[in-house]
Amino acid sequence: MDILTKIKQANLVGRGGASFPTALKWEAVKQADSLAKYVVINAAEGEPGVKKDGYILEHYADRVVDGARLAVEYLGATRCYLFINPKYYEVYRPRIMKAVKAAKLEKKFGFFVKPHQAGYIGGEETAILNALEGKKIEPRLKPPFPTINGLWDEPTLINNVETLYNVSLVDKGEFHNERFYTINGAVKKKGVYAFPADWTIEKVLRQSGNYPNFPFFVQVGGDASGDVLNQKQLKVPASGAASITVYDFKKHDSAKLLRYWLKFFQAESCGQCTPCREGTYRLNRILEKKKVDWKMFQAILTDLSETSFCALGASVPVPIWSYFKNILNNKNVSL
Amino acid sequence: MAEIKVKITIDGKKYSVPKGQSILEAARDNNIFLPSLCYHPDLDVKANCRVCVVEIKGQKKLATSCSTIVKEGMEILTDSPRVKQARNLNIELIFAEHIEKCPTCTLRYNCTLLDLARRYKIKISDFPDRKGKRKTYKFAQAVEIDGSQCIDCRNCVDACSNMQRIDYLEVKGKGIRQEIAPTADKDTDCIYCGQCALHCPVASAQEQDNWSQVEKLLKDKNKIVVAQFAPSVRVTIGEEFGLPYGQESTGRTVTALKKLGFKHVFDVNFSADITTMVEAEELLERLQDKKAKMPMITSCCPAWVKYAEFYHPELLPNLTTSRSPQIHLGGVIKTYWAKKMKVDPKKIVVVSVMPCTAKKFEARRAELKVNGLYPVDYVITTREFAFMLKKNNINFGQLPESQSDKIFNEGSGAAVIYGSSGGVMESALRTAYALACRDDKAKFCQSRIDFHEVRGLGDIKEAVIDIAGKKLRVAVVNGIGSISQVLANLKKYDYIEVMACPGGCIGGGGQPIPTTAKIRKERIMALYRIDKFKEIRKAHDNKEVLEVLAWLKQQKLSHPVLHTKYKKRIRTK
Repeated sequence: MDILTKIKQANLVGRGGASFPTALKWEAVKQADSLAKYVVINAAEGEPGVKKDGYILEHYADRVVDGARLAVEYLGATRCYLFINPKYYEVYRPRIMKAVKAAKLEKKFGFFVKPHQAGYIGGEETAILNALEGKKIEPRLKPPFPTINGLWDEPTLINNVETLYNVSLVDKGEFHNERFYTINGAVKKKGVYAFPADWTIEKVLRQSGNYPNFPFFVQVGGDASGDVLNQKQLKVPASGAASITVYDFKKHDSAKLLRYWLKFFQAESCGQCTPCREGTYRLNRILEKKKVDWKMFQAILTDLSETSFCALGASVPVPIWSYFKNILNNKNVSL
Repeated sequence: MAEIKVKITIDGKKYSVPKGQSILEAARDNNIFLPSLCYHPDLDVKANCRVCVVEIKGQKKLATSCSTIVKEGMEILTDSPRVKQARNLNIELIFAEHIEKCPTCTLRYNCTLLDLARRYKIKISDFPDRKGKRKTYKFAQAVEIDGSQCIDCRNCVDACSNMQRIDYLEVKGKGIRQEIAPTADKDTDCIYCGQCALHCPVASAQEQDNWSQVEKLLKDKNKIVVAQFAPSVRVTIGEEFGLPYGQESTGRTVTALKKLGFKHVFDVNFSADITTMVEAEELLERLQDKKAKMPMITSCCPAWVKYAEFYHPELLPNLTTSRSPQIHLGGVIKTYWAKKMKVDPKKIVVVSVMPCTAKKFEARRAELKVNGLYPVDYVITTREFAFMLKKNNINFGQLPESQSDKIFNEGSGAAVIYGSSGGVMESALRTAYALACRDDKAKFCQSRIDFHEVRGLGDIKEAVIDIAGKKLRVAVVNGIGSISQVLANLKKYDYIEVMACPGGCIGGGGQPIPTTAKIRKERIMALYRIDKFKEIRKAHDNKEVLEVLAWLKQQKLSHPVLHTKYKKRIRTK
């Protein structure tokens, strides 16, 4: 049985956050007719509150490289790049190189350290392609998709570190649909935990010994773009990149939280499209005013959700709206 | 082969449109209005302004119509409540980053942003301006980019990089700090072609204007302010006043300039014939001189000259020493005409109306001075000319026709086609053909007028022309972005024409906005129509030109008025 069939049977989905079926990506690159093909391992990990890629590189670099090797071999790829967060590069480079040598992948393998100014958007897959090509680090217009027209216009497979780790497990028959949860915030045992992917958020918190004994709420899937859920909404699996950040309901400060999100998005906006560049800036200015124009505030959020160029802009309303709805019950929205 | 069509619905009406079109193209082809700012048919779709959004049934988010390809059965809404809200807010956000300088903005009478604000009743002062302190980058005397007016659409960058392949402009910084700025790379420099300005929807990239100085001078009783207008202007200026593309307006242009207060109006067609004579003679001389630098390359495009001086100084000996038509006429006005009119050349102010921003730079070249005077004092673009007319409520379309000053005529058909890519080459060939036979050295002679092989909108046009028994290998570079393949094969040619702007001067950086491939084609066809119906179609048949040339020779002014030299340039800042 070839690796693609194994991946299909395992129903493997991408672990970067979008949960896109891995087999579809692999198939598209495989079928693309081209002399050159590329594999890119995404280890940019720029979302605040998500630390699992670093954890995996620390403990399972060999598995990640094995997954990349399987991709390179299956696709007949010309070259494989590890696009890596500079912090991880500094610490894990030796163990990654060791794994690369063990996998006999040296000739085709290259590091590409994420430039410091790349920021949050530097983890978006087409922005990574731009970075590798020396272009301005920002998302590309899709279609064409990277699987057809990626690095240097050639078919390119971009998989997250955890996804390739899972590919290796799938290949050896050791995959049990687990995933890595990053647990942060007002908890006793912060850290990265491996648990079944279908566990509920509540179960993950309990099993990791992190379930709070005070009123709380969580943000799931990233401290910036993640969904905010109240205590009663934890009977579902964690979404996105599966981080869970716990907030103490009584201690948290609405205004501070709102400003944190909006400052983050303004700073990380690449500047390409109007709603994100101008919208995030205006949202911050609106919040600075004594009398906040909530009507305009909401209109800009809707605009971001409806017309942003990429997922970064579209995700700006996600934490804010879910926080308003699930925590404030859409009442008392004032600062 | 029949075009494959797909059926779509726009706002409840059914349409059958070509497969592969974007929603925006399909809508516009069917006269359905969709707003856009960053979209330009000359450039790759960027979809960054988010103003052309539409609602597609079954899709969660709104879609940008410029980047979404039509699909069978697609149901599209262009003005639903959702579309209205998002589109209007995006326009409002864009307006808030654009510092309005409307009173003195040459684009004020056909500003897309203002039109959209009016159409959708958008309040334009809702947000405080955030770009108040942005820099203005000036490129020589030709072009500038005013950061406070920029709406971050990046059309200028794409025109500079993808079309012209100069790569002078860059997007620097990210998010709200993003700014369009010149590259730090000292091996790259602006050639002043103005394609950035031509593709800017909001006049952030624009000509460094001279209309205000000209306006002041027109009121100065001690000056004799004269105008001269370029071949291409006559087929483009009408567009600014709603006349159809390709409408010839020579007579109206003269009337309009007189109405603005110019005492005398001259047609640069006349001096284009001078340029052709000078250039054709030089070509024949070079062909006969075995030591001469070959190929000979045209030099009437000032953006190309700047390109050669900066990027390929080794080619400067190949450039014809002939000055360009505007400089020729300026020089003749301040010598021959001044003498005839018995006026002090120092009192004459020559204002050129040009399709070009680089002509502003050319006019300030010190080596062109004649008896210590610049041949041309000010250059205004076609857009500035239109702005002055509109500002003075002169309705161009309604003007009667009049003739330019009789002392110089309206030039030959060979002159008017200077405005099109391939035109300079064709004019020179017409004359070189005849001149080669003049001294009976040629083995056989024939008369030839039309050289279709150098016409059209191809990037590179090549031909081998029989000229007095010799095979002349020629190439026409239509747009500086295509020049590399000709530069790599210089030995293949004897004579090369280079125009920095696609289409030639009719597509120049100072021409009306919009300028697109379709519009360039109409303008070019108009020029060849004028040529076709001219009584005189060759420069050497223009008797007044021959008279002026003879007078210059007799006054020993041939060299200072007709020829120039070039120098290697480096970037200083």
